[in-house]
Amino acid sequence: MKHFTKGLIPSLALSLALAVPAMAQDTKVIGVSIPAATHGWAGGMNYFAKTTVERLEEAYPQLDFVLATASDPAKQVSDIEDMVATRNIDALVVLPFESEPLTGPVQNVKASGAWITVVDRGLAVDGIQDLYVAGDNPGFGRVAGEYVAGALPEGGKIVVLRGIPTTIDNERVEGFQAAIDGKNIEIIGMEHGDWNRDKAFTVMQDFLSKHPQIDAVWASDDDMAVGVLAAIEAANRQDIKFVPGGAGMKEMVKRTMDGDAMIPANVTYPPAMIATAIEITAVGMVSSAPVAGDFIIGSTLVTPENAEGYYFPDSPF
Amino acid sequence: MSDIAKPTARLQMSVIGPVLALIVLIVAGALMNPNFLAWDNITNVLARSAFIGIIAVGMTFVITAGGLDLSVGSMAAFIAGLMILVMNSALPVMGVGVPIILLGMAVALAAGLVAGFLNGILITRLGIEAFIVTLGSMGIYRSLVTWLADGGTLSLDFSLRSFYQPVYYGGIFGISWPIIVFAVVVVIGEILMRSTAFGRHCAAIGSNDQVAKYSSVRVARVRLATYVMLGLLVGVATIMYVPRLGSASASTGVLWELEAIAAVIIGGTALKGGFGRVWGTVIGVLILVLIGNILNLTDFVSPYLNGAIQGAIIILAVVLQREAKSGT
Repeated sequence: MKHFTKGLIPSLALSLALAVPAMAQDTKVIGVSIPAATHGWAGGMNYFAKTTVERLEEAYPQLDFVLATASDPAKQVSDIEDMVATRNIDALVVLPFESEPLTGPVQNVKASGAWITVVDRGLAVDGIQDLYVAGDNPGFGRVAGEYVAGALPEGGKIVVLRGIPTTIDNERVEGFQAAIDGKNIEIIGMEHGDWNRDKAFTVMQDFLSKHPQIDAVWASDDDMAVGVLAAIEAANRQDIKFVPGGAGMKEMVKRTMDGDAMIPANVTYPPAMIATAIEITAVGMVSSAPVAGDFIIGSTLVTPENAEGYYFPDSPF
Repeated sequence: MSDIAKPTARLQMSVIGPVLALIVLIVAGALMNPNFLAWDNITNVLARSAFIGIIAVGMTFVITAGGLDLSVGSMAAFIAGLMILVMNSALPVMGVGVPIILLGMAVALAAGLVAGFLNGILITRLGIEAFIVTLGSMGIYRSLVTWLADGGTLSLDFSLRSFYQPVYYGGIFGISWPIIVFAVVVVIGEILMRSTAFGRHCAAIGSNDQVAKYSSVRVARVRLATYVMLGLLVGVATIMYVPRLGSASASTGVLWELEAIAAVIIGGTALKGGFGRVWGTVIGVLILVLIGNILNLTDFVSPYLNGAIQGAIIILAVVLQREAKSGT
């Protein structure tokens, strides 16, 4: 049924456009389904999703948006089902809470004929999405690793705080390890800080008790960097030269911008990637520009020189 | 069964269980890493225990009186967020100084009191299950802090944080304030539980609230008091927590309620109520915190398995205690 109408609409629209130009402005609905703002990065992502939807609704009167935030995968599945049932969406932009549980429901949306844009976390089955927008996790680790290796030319001992055990975290750490391979840098400790300030604080305190000499800490995330820095400050240890941040939290980017020696660099993993995904999907809906494919947003190194371009004071992250 | 020696022997065995587990952990830690018994590590561990510990003392009374409170972790996060917001907005008027810190502390204590009172009133006056009421308020406070922070993180103004920091990091005679406050709370809690009518009433209500009622114990009032006291202690814990990192977010205090409950049970308080032991709760908290500390200080176990080790030791500590109870 839907395939039939899909094929029919362009030709119909074309003939209508020739006959009655005003009628050609057929309203299309784009559904956006994202996880709720439960931590800093997700908070930033929610902020960018909201501002982008507001901007696009203004810019394209022929587009309607439905934005839903979910606090768990089950809620996200219901959100998506509701969007199809009640709003008859023409496109879905989804940042899956978890890959496995969302794969089936998104596949159903696809079968209804809608355009699918998947953001950040891929689905468990290939070929469902028309557009894939994601950050570069191996690159995130690699850029950080290259920075640490470059900043410690004599080599040195470092400790690493990892995130919540996930594919994302594994890819980042593998990228990091590959980048420092053969550079005489030894990882003397690696523990999960779960992307959480308090957990990172305790883990770092214990690292400081365990190791009398640490040259640098890869906190792999700015929330964890906050905890790490507080632990170092409290222990009054002078041996740690720097703690490169990650993900580009505004407070941390500000410190890099101001030339703080402890946070000399940051590696981006922009929550604004949701904005990229919504914008490109909207372009695909309103124009004939081809937008299918993969769009990987590179992880770039933020240094005091370029930090200004990555500082968004209005974002919550 | 009827001879007199057995009850005392039983009691002693159930007392020994958690203490034994704690001693084993300390010896194991000392053998695995020489830094374990270093002064810095000891103060780190004790200061870290303070948040959960202060809350767990309050939880001991709630559980002894046959109640439960699942909302304390979210409540702590919400109070921390509220405290930061109030202090930040009062900063232009009051400036950095002792008054603004006192204002923040007053806000935390008042918010804790009110939150505990609300839980207590719903449970005692409307007669709703404690599990349901506090499960509900757990969700409410967690959402409220996320909303207050707009999904991000609430951070205390930098100048304020520097001024307030000594409350966590400073202290007297090398003992930091959280440890001192924790100790004071424990001593008061122990006295309340053992030697006051309030403590005895809690135990009486927990073992049989009908009998307690006919023995002219004001059941609803005592129960309400346990929740109010717990709320107040959550406020106290938050006062110690905020200066540490100077921030609050949706991920603050996650699972604190379960850690506090686990500590209470490991310490020998009965989950169904009727019997409580404040000093046992302290042992429980120390066991929980030490496991994490030892796992961080050694490389024996894959960090993926930290949770499994923690779970196994918690169960073991309780089994040790129960077996000792029924064994003799």
